[in-house]
Amino acid sequence: MKKEIGTGQAFKTTREKDLLSHLISTSSKYKLWIAFLLLIILFGMFAYYRQVKYGLIVTGMRDFTSWGIYISNFVFLVAISLVGSLFSSILKLNKNEWAKPLIRVSEIIAVAAIICASIIIIIDMGRPDRFFYVITHFRIQSPIIWDVIIISTYLVISILLLYISILPDIALCRDRLTEIPNWKKRFYRIMAINWVNHPKQVAILQKVSKILSVAVLPVAFAIHTVTSWLFATTWRPGWDSTNLGPYFVSGAFMAGAAIIVIAMYFIRNQLKLKSYITEGHFNNMGKLLVLLSLVYLYFNINEYLGPAFKMVGVEGEHITELFAGKYSLLYWFVQLGGLVFPIILLLFRKMRKPLPLLIISFFVILGAWVKRFLIVIPSLQHPYLPIQDVEESYLHYVPTWEEWAITLSSFAGLLLIVTILIKLFPVLPVQEKELVINTDSNPLIIKNES
Amino acid sequence: MSSKKINCDSRRNFLKNISTGGLLAVSGLSLLSCRNSSEEKTTLLTTDGKLVQVSKSEIEEMEHLHQGAPPKEAREGIPGKKFVMVVDLSKCKNARKCVEACDTHHNLTPDRPYIKVLKMKDNEKSSPYWMVKPCFHCDNPPCVKVCPVGATFKRSDGIVLVDNERCIGCRFCMAACPYSARVFNWKAPPEGKLDLPYSPETSLPSKIGTVAKCDFCPDMIRNGDLPHCVPACPNGVIYFGNELDDTVTNGEETLRLSTLLKEKAGYRYMEELGTKPRLYYLPPVDRMFPFEETNQESQS
Repeated sequence: MKKEIGTGQAFKTTREKDLLSHLISTSSKYKLWIAFLLLIILFGMFAYYRQVKYGLIVTGMRDFTSWGIYISNFVFLVAISLVGSLFSSILKLNKNEWAKPLIRVSEIIAVAAIICASIIIIIDMGRPDRFFYVITHFRIQSPIIWDVIIISTYLVISILLLYISILPDIALCRDRLTEIPNWKKRFYRIMAINWVNHPKQVAILQKVSKILSVAVLPVAFAIHTVTSWLFATTWRPGWDSTNLGPYFVSGAFMAGAAIIVIAMYFIRNQLKLKSYITEGHFNNMGKLLVLLSLVYLYFNINEYLGPAFKMVGVEGEHITELFAGKYSLLYWFVQLGGLVFPIILLLFRKMRKPLPLLIISFFVILGAWVKRFLIVIPSLQHPYLPIQDVEESYLHYVPTWEEWAITLSSFAGLLLIVTILIKLFPVLPVQEKELVINTDSNPLIIKNES
Repeated sequence: MSSKKINCDSRRNFLKNISTGGLLAVSGLSLLSCRNSSEEKTTLLTTDGKLVQVSKSEIEEMEHLHQGAPPKEAREGIPGKKFVMVVDLSKCKNARKCVEACDTHHNLTPDRPYIKVLKMKDNEKSSPYWMVKPCFHCDNPPCVKVCPVGATFKRSDGIVLVDNERCIGCRFCMAACPYSARVFNWKAPPEGKLDLPYSPETSLPSKIGTVAKCDFCPDMIRNGDLPHCVPACPNGVIYFGNELDDTVTNGEETLRLSTLLKEKAGYRYMEELGTKPRLYYLPPVDRMFPFEETNQESQS
């Protein structure tokens, strides 16, 4: 498949060759993958066309269940986007050297997820044509406005973080890659904004990078806390909780770690980076996932124990429905399959090998998505006043094919953005040495543990 | 098609100018046109006392002529008023006339009415009763607080309205309302009453992708009438009035609000939520009717 490689393209080091060669050659597998994603997105666009034409009636949502899988998917995507801050802030500032090769992947996923989240929330609107009213007619006391502000802030910071980290590599691409089409050369030239590794430039870059990795943390916490407030500011059972902020944030970090595992597994195999993303990374990610899952488990217990102990009124009804009612199967799948079993399994070293960890991470992600469904939908079905005298369709919520198509295409959109960014830019920093002026620091690449 | 609509609109506006109360009215345009026709004519009296002749085919029946204020003016309340509603649960037998009147005037389909009549049972031992539930027009309205664009607003006269030309359809207000008072236009609104100029006071015409709810009919109140549901009730269940005057009326009897609430132990639904509803209930004691399911079953 790698026909064009080596035809005139020279690399200085093997690292450069390993990390840059996939930017030049385009395999048919890659084209097929892109076509597949575009097909799903096209299908989603058709579903959305129908929704615009006929109204939200094409969804399964009705007056009581007035929010559906669009909103739960939005919460899920916002959750995924927090992973950027996990790596480029928490792990970086704590000097976790092993995590460095994963920073860029995490930032790419963060940017992609936040873009998809913004799109999905617009799709949920009854009047998308009036989207700009949230700017022209905004009222600051509405949690939706807080969310709009914080999401756009996070998007900007995430893009900046990503851009700064790849800037030296873009310059490298500009300088090194000869066997690429002209538009790509021009693209790299413009994107590199005259980066020449000048010490002054490096100093500015480092400073900005440090400021951003500190700044992104409160914004990341805020983005998901504010999203939780969309629910916590109402009287609905299961939402009316002071625990919701940390509960959402901790769940987001867990889901984020799982998505990184999945991403690194496929990137490692597809781009043949086995000597850069090692089994040691998987081992560490497994441990990290256990830690984050334990934190989430703690907030989960907090979320359900109180109401389940008291069983008062609609809160009691809500708990009954989750624990033993029509949502019980999903609920216990999420709590056991997506949380408890992964924690137990990942305690064993064998389970932290790439393939087992990948499978466990899939369960964690699936659990995380279903969990958001369980947070949004059942709560709406237990209002204080009884639901009477309504059509059958108002009593239950079953997402329609239009909703599934749009949801699937939001995932396809996420994957498409990630794939394209990985195709355009090296997924790991190419310069082995960190660009430092005070040169006492350590090399960027980690020691291979295995 | 569209030119017809415009014609229709301008005629209606013209009519509004020359007469404001009658069921039948005469169009000035038709007066001109009937001169050169030999159709059968009829004599009509306009509201300012003139006798006019018009051809019968030009006569159009109209429902009522007053319209609500346009969106901007509808944000101001009616000065010197604080509207309040009292629902006497002891008199309700689920006749559903309030729901029907409301549906007719707001052009609603029965699957998503503004007023609901719920079968309630306070505890296991007490007997059930019917509870009329429009919007409570809270003084501390959760829906207004969460609206990101000010599409739903609280007026100085206590009424909470929705401006469906502003609403972005996020449905946060529906999630925030603890009383499930709001409905959503999931699809295009039903035919009819779509050619009126829009007013949040009448909630007409409805718009796809926006939220709607009981509006206390400010267009009626402006003309000194009661909201449609009040006179529609055969049992005088619903009282409406101005809190500042301390009076409420159900169309038949006018009572002092404070005395009524005191003597009949008036309460507000779920007072503990702190939403401060403007709707009071009088408990279902000394009932006028025994509780019967039948009425509801015949409806559904």
